[in-house]
Amino acid sequence: MENNLKENKTGIDLTKKLINEFQSYQSKLNGDASGNLNKLRMDAMSVFEKTGFPVKKMEEWKYTNLSPVMNHDFKFSSDLSDSDITQADIDKYIFSAGSVNLLVFINGIFSSELSSVISNNESIFIGSISEGMTSHKEIFDKHYSKYADYNNRSLAALNTAFFPEGAFIYLKKNTELNTPVHILNISDTKVNSVFSQPRNLVVIEEGSKIFIAEDYYSAGDNSSFTNMVTEFYCGKNSHTEHYKIQNEDERSFHVGMTQVHQEQDSHFSNTTISWGGSIIRNDLNSVFDGTNTESHFFGLYLLSGKQHVDNHTLADHKMPNCFSNELYKGIIGDNATGVFNGKIMVREDAQKTNAYQSNGNILLSDDATIYSKPQLEIFADDVKCSHGATSGQLNEDEMFYIKSRGIGDKDAKSLLLKAFVSDVLDSIKIEEFKVNIEEKMEMKLKNILK
Amino acid sequence: MLTIKNLKAKIETSEGDKQILKGINLTVNPGETHAIMGPNGSGKSTLASVLTGREGYVVTEGEVIYDGKDLLELDPEERAREGIFLAFQYPIEIPGVSNVNFLKTAINEIRKSKGEEPMTSVEFLKMMKEKAKLVNIEPEMLSRYVNVGFSGGEKKRNEIFQLAMLEPKLSILDETDSGLDIDALKIVAGGVNKLKSNDNAFIVITHYQRLLNYIVPDFVHVMYEGKIVRTGGKELALELEENGYDFINDLKENAEI
Repeated sequence: MENNLKENKTGIDLTKKLINEFQSYQSKLNGDASGNLNKLRMDAMSVFEKTGFPVKKMEEWKYTNLSPVMNHDFKFSSDLSDSDITQADIDKYIFSAGSVNLLVFINGIFSSELSSVISNNESIFIGSISEGMTSHKEIFDKHYSKYADYNNRSLAALNTAFFPEGAFIYLKKNTELNTPVHILNISDTKVNSVFSQPRNLVVIEEGSKIFIAEDYYSAGDNSSFTNMVTEFYCGKNSHTEHYKIQNEDERSFHVGMTQVHQEQDSHFSNTTISWGGSIIRNDLNSVFDGTNTESHFFGLYLLSGKQHVDNHTLADHKMPNCFSNELYKGIIGDNATGVFNGKIMVREDAQKTNAYQSNGNILLSDDATIYSKPQLEIFADDVKCSHGATSGQLNEDEMFYIKSRGIGDKDAKSLLLKAFVSDVLDSIKIEEFKVNIEEKMEMKLKNILK
Repeated sequence: MLTIKNLKAKIETSEGDKQILKGINLTVNPGETHAIMGPNGSGKSTLASVLTGREGYVVTEGEVIYDGKDLLELDPEERAREGIFLAFQYPIEIPGVSNVNFLKTAINEIRKSKGEEPMTSVEFLKMMKEKAKLVNIEPEMLSRYVNVGFSGGEKKRNEIFQLAMLEPKLSILDETDSGLDIDALKIVAGGVNKLKSNDNAFIVITHYQRLLNYIVPDFVHVMYEGKIVRTGGKELALELEENGYDFINDLKENAEI
């Protein structure tokens, strides 16, 4: 009873609101309602309706409580009037004045005016998913929602049920794209609190290569809640570099799943950086469906105030001779909390697997918390796996050495913290993007060491 | 330049406090080189730590006046900005921080504290090249992480290189000779000798006389059980080399009687 009273205090029930929203959306569909895509949506919605938002009693959500998110009166993309975000605003968020394929999404809605794509040709499609699903229907039907399984994952189900918009990137066989793709997501919270659900599909066919930066911002004084899903199909011998950066403000919530499917000899590398946002949960899963694949997961979380960032990763070794390496690092100050759960699954057939994992943390205050959990499940007998987790404070001998050369306390800390995370930042292979990230890190460090 | 009066200090350990310095008196003037010798555990390195402000040492009595200021009131970085430098007995490795970045940050912080503009990259690189020659530092070492993967000799040379870059007024060399072969010792000593001037001073802490053949001191002090028990000229070092620290036992016996 008491619990009910609490929940009703704000008069908002986000789950109920989403169910109503879905019904009214369905009633407007007319002829489209019977299509395959809508069948998928309805199925996904039934999964969400059954389970609702994740709660802490679920093992996978043990440390992350989404209930603060539920108290906000979010507007959905379909209810929002046009955003007044302009080109000048966008300039603040782009990292390169030069050649980049820029896709801009505001509150989850594609903005063709603010986007600029320069690489499209018969082998390359970079655009919105609503355009791509028509122009590249066969590819879309073959891959869409084939990897991000939403059963038992209610947030992915919710995303699949609504599926308003997102990026669609397709590289045909043997296409090397050296001009990076920048997927820029902005929550415009100037007038309303905003709920958006970006859905991206990236299909990289055999022998192709791509660099993708996906980042998230919020602009305005209200809250935002982002529930994103990105699916990757990495074809044989393809090469994918993917970066996800969370720059939202302290009123933002972000949950997301990046689901990767890797074919034989493919190479996938992801770097996830979280320094903005209030509550963040990232799921990064890669399934190795061919031999000799390689996967790298890099992560950095830089937290202050009451921020809470939860990274769950899975390297799913299904086939022999695959390699996965994971390096996540955290700097946690004030009352902030970090969660790292890295799972390595080595299935029966995955002999000669090499899987490594490391998670290092520096806690800058007595009230900072890290929950770090390696999870190795190994069913093959000829494998090499290792994991390690550390957490500690800055090294006093190093601090004294640096100070003894005239460098003050904050600068000494900053120097050591930058050194601590340098191997994670080195994973970013788009040079201009890396410089941009380093500048942001400098600002965030100042904030943490204030 | 430096006046130490009746300095007493203890260290705080998990097994309780331990009094290490039991009343040190020492005066260092510009242009002078002082050697501090003594057996292990006599408090030589503790003196270096107290003078540079390392945590974990508590001054229980006495004072240290440096350039008219109460040195013990200053943080380690403030002491460095005032011109005090410690060449560490065990230089610290700092993975991820390059020598270049480290020194540039240090120099510019020191300049900032004096109200000076930061050094330009061109000026800095020029200075680095010049000073690197003093102690045979390969240019390749400068871009490497501070002391990471350096041999014992390279670490000690790097300390003297940093000294050359920061141009301190008072340098304390803490067992800089330990772990050096004779060639490396000559290089390090040669560097120090080139940096000596009428305006700066050196305190050379060493266990052995060997280093003092190359860095010739004006004064030699012998420390024992937290006190300076003898002071003399450079010949005292030679005497110690020949007779060892036996005289200390005599002192002790006398004291006990």
